[in-house]
Amino acid sequence: MMDVTLVDLKKDFPILARPINGHRLVYLDSAATTQKPQVVIDAEVDFYTQHNANVLRSVHTLAEEATTLFQNARHTVATFVGATRPEEIVFTRGTTESLNLVARGFADKFLKPGDEIVVSPMEHHSNLIPWQQAAKRTGAKLRYIELSPDGQITLEAAQAAIGDHTRMVAVSHVSNVLGTINPVAEIAELAHRVNAVLVVDAAQSVPHQPIDVSQLGADFLAFSGHKMCGPTGIGVLWGRYPLLVESDPVIYGGEMITYVDRETATWADLPEKFEGGTPNIAGAVGLAAAIHYLEGVGMERIQSHTQELGEMAFDRLQAIPGVTVYGPKRPHSAVVAFNVNRVHPHDVAQVFDSLGVAIRAGHHCAQPLMQWLGVGSTARASFYLYNDHQDIEALAHAIEETKRYFRQ
Amino acid sequence: MNLDDMYRETILDHNQNPRNRGHLENPTKTVGLLNPTCGDEIALELELDGEKVSDVRFSGQGCSISMASASMLTEAVKGKSAEQALALAKNFKEFLTGSQNPENLGDLEALHGVSQFPSRVKCATLAHNALEKALSDKES
Repeated sequence: MMDVTLVDLKKDFPILARPINGHRLVYLDSAATTQKPQVVIDAEVDFYTQHNANVLRSVHTLAEEATTLFQNARHTVATFVGATRPEEIVFTRGTTESLNLVARGFADKFLKPGDEIVVSPMEHHSNLIPWQQAAKRTGAKLRYIELSPDGQITLEAAQAAIGDHTRMVAVSHVSNVLGTINPVAEIAELAHRVNAVLVVDAAQSVPHQPIDVSQLGADFLAFSGHKMCGPTGIGVLWGRYPLLVESDPVIYGGEMITYVDRETATWADLPEKFEGGTPNIAGAVGLAAAIHYLEGVGMERIQSHTQELGEMAFDRLQAIPGVTVYGPKRPHSAVVAFNVNRVHPHDVAQVFDSLGVAIRAGHHCAQPLMQWLGVGSTARASFYLYNDHQDIEALAHAIEETKRYFRQ
Repeated sequence: MNLDDMYRETILDHNQNPRNRGHLENPTKTVGLLNPTCGDEIALELELDGEKVSDVRFSGQGCSISMASASMLTEAVKGKSAEQALALAKNFKEFLTGSQNPENLGDLEALHGVSQFPSRVKCATLAHNALEKALSDKES
């Protein structure tokens, strides 16, 4: 049953009170970015009005406060994902930068011609193009885990793709289109059996479920702050300590060195080695506030709530004639991609918008997956902790209106 | 926003009954364009008789705005000189950004509602960009 205490959360998000085109805003685009609770907005405002200074440099009061807040944010993230030490948390701009960092800093250094990088056709471009390019630079080859007909990674398929030449495996934890929840722990076992390193794109999972990197089996984990109630422009790369130590920095400049002379430089320790330049300090503070907010609600409760909404929406949409829903029926995460027969997703989204319902339409940065599905694009509704049953009804109503409008 | 401001009857008609959709047997020029934000694609085939656009077809997939706009464009340029066709595409794009009053745009005027939506302007101008590319690019 729906967790009734979660239904009240809408009031924590001021933007959800804004009417859109004369209707209540039904925000179903959280897989693109989530809305921000007042506490996160307040945390950023408080940082800039009370504590703003650059970090790790100066010795004045504000600099000490800003540095403390920044490093506390790192501790908060480390505890949130079960990292063994805060130095394993590298702040980045987001999942994309995190994955590029692994491709440049780790893959480029260790991959050799003939090595294989295993990926899946459901990857977001940010977990695909860095590997395509790393393969080009190093002479390694890309191999694909083929999906089951309903868009899942089976162990047999993973086993078929991961072999003696596999050096890296890069998969998403939860698909941003199909809503598939991938068996990361099992894939980790297969990867580690051949001494390959597992990179997990957790952009769609960390916001929705408790994550403990010591249990998950990943070697690198990437996620974004803005998909979990935090600000844009702040994200995280978690990596196993020894792997981060072995990786090379990719952004050279201020605060990432220990010693520089005219010809050479040596690198700072973790995590500063990877954080050249002034970091997004207010973003990190905002992300920590978001994590405290999510923990206050409870990650288990968020998981059961958003998965229930995803599965309920899947069933509700599948029952509407003329609607195709993609991905597995169960389990299905908080992302539901669909098409309305003979109506282009852009037109679907436009009708939805006129009713105050915000969804995504397009290829969702997953063109190889669109090719696999045999469609040019899809509509996508995605849920978060502030959504409820009424929002699913609004979604279903908007589909009926779309069909009526385009006479389908 | 009133949906009917964007989806005028003419647009829905061109979307459901596209004109000049398909392929030419011997196109003089063929240009394909992708809209990277949504993956929509349009291919425009032109048959040129000297300076005259004697025939034209379009193919591809996209939203009602991009398909209707392509259909309207093919009707508007058939029989025109290359110069006139280029002027029409330019007029239309300026019309959508609000800097130009409609000038012999015919059915294309129905797309005016799109100008309120910058993301959809890209859909409405995809075929026009393809036309400009076809007629200004000597290599294609």
